[in-house]
Amino acid sequence: MHNKTLAELSLGLQAKTFSSVELTQCFLDRINQHQQLNAYITVTTELAMAQAKAADQRIANGTADLLTGIPIAQKDIFCTQGVVTTCGSKMLANFSAPYNATVVDKFYLAGAVMLGKLNMDEFAMGSSNETSYFGAVRNPWNINSVPGGSSGGSAAAVSARLAASATGTDTGGSIRQPAALCGITGLKPTYGRVSRYGMIAYASSLDQGGPMTRSAEDAAIMLQAMAGFDEKDSTSVDVPVPDYRANLNKSLAGLKIGLPKEFFGEGLDENVAATLATAIDEYRRLGAEIIDISMPNLKLAIPAYYVIAPAECSANLSRFDGVRYGYRCDNPTDLTDLYTRSRGEAFGKEVKRRILMGTYALSTGYYDAYYLKAQKIRRLISEDFKAALASVDVIMGPVTPSTAFGIGEKMDDPIAMYLSDIYTIAINLAGVPAMSIPAGFVAGMPVGLQLIGDYFSEDRLLNIAHQYQQVTDWHNFIPTGFE
Amino acid sequence: MSLTADEVNKIAHLARLGIDKQDVAAYANDLSGMLDLMTRMSEVNTDDVEPMAHPMDQAQRLRVDKVTELNHREAFQAIAPQVEAGLYLVPKVIE
Repeated sequence: MHNKTLAELSLGLQAKTFSSVELTQCFLDRINQHQQLNAYITVTTELAMAQAKAADQRIANGTADLLTGIPIAQKDIFCTQGVVTTCGSKMLANFSAPYNATVVDKFYLAGAVMLGKLNMDEFAMGSSNETSYFGAVRNPWNINSVPGGSSGGSAAAVSARLAASATGTDTGGSIRQPAALCGITGLKPTYGRVSRYGMIAYASSLDQGGPMTRSAEDAAIMLQAMAGFDEKDSTSVDVPVPDYRANLNKSLAGLKIGLPKEFFGEGLDENVAATLATAIDEYRRLGAEIIDISMPNLKLAIPAYYVIAPAECSANLSRFDGVRYGYRCDNPTDLTDLYTRSRGEAFGKEVKRRILMGTYALSTGYYDAYYLKAQKIRRLISEDFKAALASVDVIMGPVTPSTAFGIGEKMDDPIAMYLSDIYTIAINLAGVPAMSIPAGFVAGMPVGLQLIGDYFSEDRLLNIAHQYQQVTDWHNFIPTGFE
Repeated sequence: MSLTADEVNKIAHLARLGIDKQDVAAYANDLSGMLDLMTRMSEVNTDDVEPMAHPMDQAQRLRVDKVTELNHREAFQAIAPQVEAGLYLVPKVIE
């Protein structure tokens, strides 16, 4: 049962080949059996079984939705009323949110079953899932490797079949990079497409939630449930949501694919490059035209991002003050001591590093040199994307410079860790949608191909991904031991 | 560009963020590395470029000035570290 796609699971449930209770129990057993991956922070066994029973009732009544009765899991950044939401931090280790995130409500409304809350880098700051207060997540393809981050628990859980699909969030690559390193499909939608209400903020002008799934078709089904205008999110965009499965089967004949030379230069592992070249050839066989392009400002994405994201993070995380919710230190001597020690004791090193960086960039005398400069660079990068996407339908490139690195390998060198985000970060600065799809393996470890489209072209990206998955089966490979 | 330990302590104070004494040197080193990375931004002339704060460049949405939120004080304070009579408690600020 656990190897079926969302569409197959839905059919099976409707035909009563199996019940949601059976299906949910199957996933709960697998979660229990594979605890060594550390993919989940909280498993909501009782809630899941109650939701499964309600789903079976709904299926019997004939009022079921496509996702009714299907067990999924939420990244632990989405607030869930009555279920602890930790955001991977000691700060929120006991935080019970007073409301649900819009994304969570939408899945509840659709009748999906929530298996639990998935592990992640602390406050989504990290590229390896090693900054979680709840410990590192392991990559199902090699348990000594990182799953990527920050949505590392989501990627590991979907890859190891510990959930039928999952949610993630992406501020600088946090859906696409772990999806690539764990061999699954991940979609970061256009900024504003999925509501951020109840999604704990890291860098508000970059954060976007999206699906992490086994295939493009599954991603279409998940995005259908997640996307849409939400008046509770002031940056939600009021653009109609298309039927994301309607164009999946469209031919790719005449598709123009742009390959930015900046994506294929120095720093890209040669075996990863060769794997991507094979994938591009597959697209050529599907009728696409390959066009070499240049996006000269891409090289400035990392410096601009590591000003903007920490600046926004330092502002957003100032709300964690030990007063209204979250961790409070013992015996504070005065108010400053309360703030300083509560924050000092409950935030991990990476979060502190980014708060310090952001505070510095926004402080008197440095604002123009760093923050304003970075915002101007952001404009240039965004214009590069607009220019490129005016001449091609989709931009393709790597997601990561190499396959998954070892646990502990980059923890002492934060700059090296930041540089590994080189191919994903610019997309968030521009706000365009992008996907990572499995494109092969290097020495047994998955490689992701990145597809980048114009604003609100998720349906086109899903079509381009789906067509590739019709002629390849990289997305169907299962890590050994998790069959 | 490199930051001194004093500068790191000053930033930490601005952020009301406790950092361990033994970690200050490492933070100074890491932040200096990040600042080095950022000097690359000065390679590009941006004199006539409009800063971009948000991907959609959209105006903030307006709504009718009408009460939409209900009072959730009890639910919100139920998760607070210390409350009394509907108030959040902190160490004494005024003598």
